[in-house]
Amino acid sequence: MQPKPIVLTILDFVSLIVLGIATYLALVFAPTEAVMGNVQRVFYFHVGTAWVALLGFIIAALSGIVYLITKDMKWDRFEVAAVEVSTVFFFITIVLGSIWARPAWNTWWTWDPRLTTASVTELIYIAYFMLRQGIEDPEKRARFGAIYTLLGGLSAPITFMVIRLFRTIHPVVIGGGNAAAQGGFDMTVDMRTTFFFALFAFTIIFIDLIWHRLRLGALQEKVEQFKLEASI
Amino acid sequence: MAKTPRAANNHPSFFRAVLAIVQKDLVAEYHSRELAPAMLAFSLIVIIIFNFALELDIKARQSVTAGVLWATFAFAGTLGLNRSMAIEKDRGCMDGLLLAPVDRSAIYFGKAISNLAFMLLVEAIVLPVYSLMYNVNLFQAGLLGVILLGSIGYTAVGTLLSAMSVQTRTRDVLLPILLLPVVLPVLLAAVKASGGLLNGAEFSEILTPLNILIVYDVIFIAFAFMVFDFVVEE
Repeated sequence: MQPKPIVLTILDFVSLIVLGIATYLALVFAPTEAVMGNVQRVFYFHVGTAWVALLGFIIAALSGIVYLITKDMKWDRFEVAAVEVSTVFFFITIVLGSIWARPAWNTWWTWDPRLTTASVTELIYIAYFMLRQGIEDPEKRARFGAIYTLLGGLSAPITFMVIRLFRTIHPVVIGGGNAAAQGGFDMTVDMRTTFFFALFAFTIIFIDLIWHRLRLGALQEKVEQFKLEASI
Repeated sequence: MAKTPRAANNHPSFFRAVLAIVQKDLVAEYHSRELAPAMLAFSLIVIIIFNFALELDIKARQSVTAGVLWATFAFAGTLGLNRSMAIEKDRGCMDGLLLAPVDRSAIYFGKAISNLAFMLLVEAIVLPVYSLMYNVNLFQAGLLGVILLGSIGYTAVGTLLSAMSVQTRTRDVLLPILLLPVVLPVLLAAVKASGGLLNGAEFSEILTPLNILIVYDVIFIAFAFMVFDFVVEE
């Protein structure tokens, strides 16, 4: 095992600092939204976590493709790291959205396209872990994992399109308007600053966590090898 | 598997290989009768459970018939998919198929088509029974088309995933967990289209779900065709 790189230690501290700043900006600096009040502050972290989660799912699908082509275990570790970190972030997104929806929509949950697609996507990646858990051979586990992330990545957008046939009340804050959306608002300059800083902060945290998970993956691989050698 | 040596080359053509696998599955099923009857009995029980769970009176029937049918097909489908792959794995048939000098994707298409055949067979019996029990006419050309499209998408993904899940420790339990979230677009679009047809909606209203069904079928058949090699590779 290589010692922890100094850059990673620095990144750990930077992550903590940007998270602190993002929290301050979201809770104190950003102006209170006129209609919804303080609960709107959830928005910054809601979009921040959603952004890195989707980024991670895309990275996972791409590493899946690269793995199937190169058969290099490095890409499998990358894929697992991305899925694992993203699944947690996406769960946070859903919970934060729910907290916001309670006062804004007067319900914790509604079967809106985004919400439904989000929950189904989360289930796909939970199934992904169950699939991996059931396979002992690391090489087969990597192959099946790659195929399943691709399958999930293809299916989730179609799910979204299908459910759009029903109706939506989810607001679209960035670009595009929807007459039926409830809880939309226009951002002021300070809100924008907070918003983009939150995106930036979560991207840093995401990279930091992925890096840690990659190192953990390498360790896991080593443990598996030792176990295999011991059993022989 | 019937091997017919041909003058030009020793490899059976792609279509012959696919047909041979379909034929093998159908003959095996004809002799053992262990798959279709199980799926059928299960479907009927599910419908009966829905009858009481949803209190399917005349008013409720109008809005939920499509949903009940597709939920039934989806559950019965996982039963069939599991069994059809487990048979190959347990009796070592899969290794035999893999040794055959044919393109691996022929095995996928063979299994997918026979899985589709079983599913259509079950649907062919469930539909008249449902029509009879609930006094609705389900035999409309449009509805049958939607059921065919939906079943194709379902078995296309189902065959690929059952070939994967059968190689895991948890196998039977895992298939529905893997399959249902991924196949959800098919089920939703099929429910939307079938429901529209049953309630006499305009054709333009069901055009979008129909398109999505077709797009899904094409994408996922192509996807399975591309990755099936990786699933059976040893």
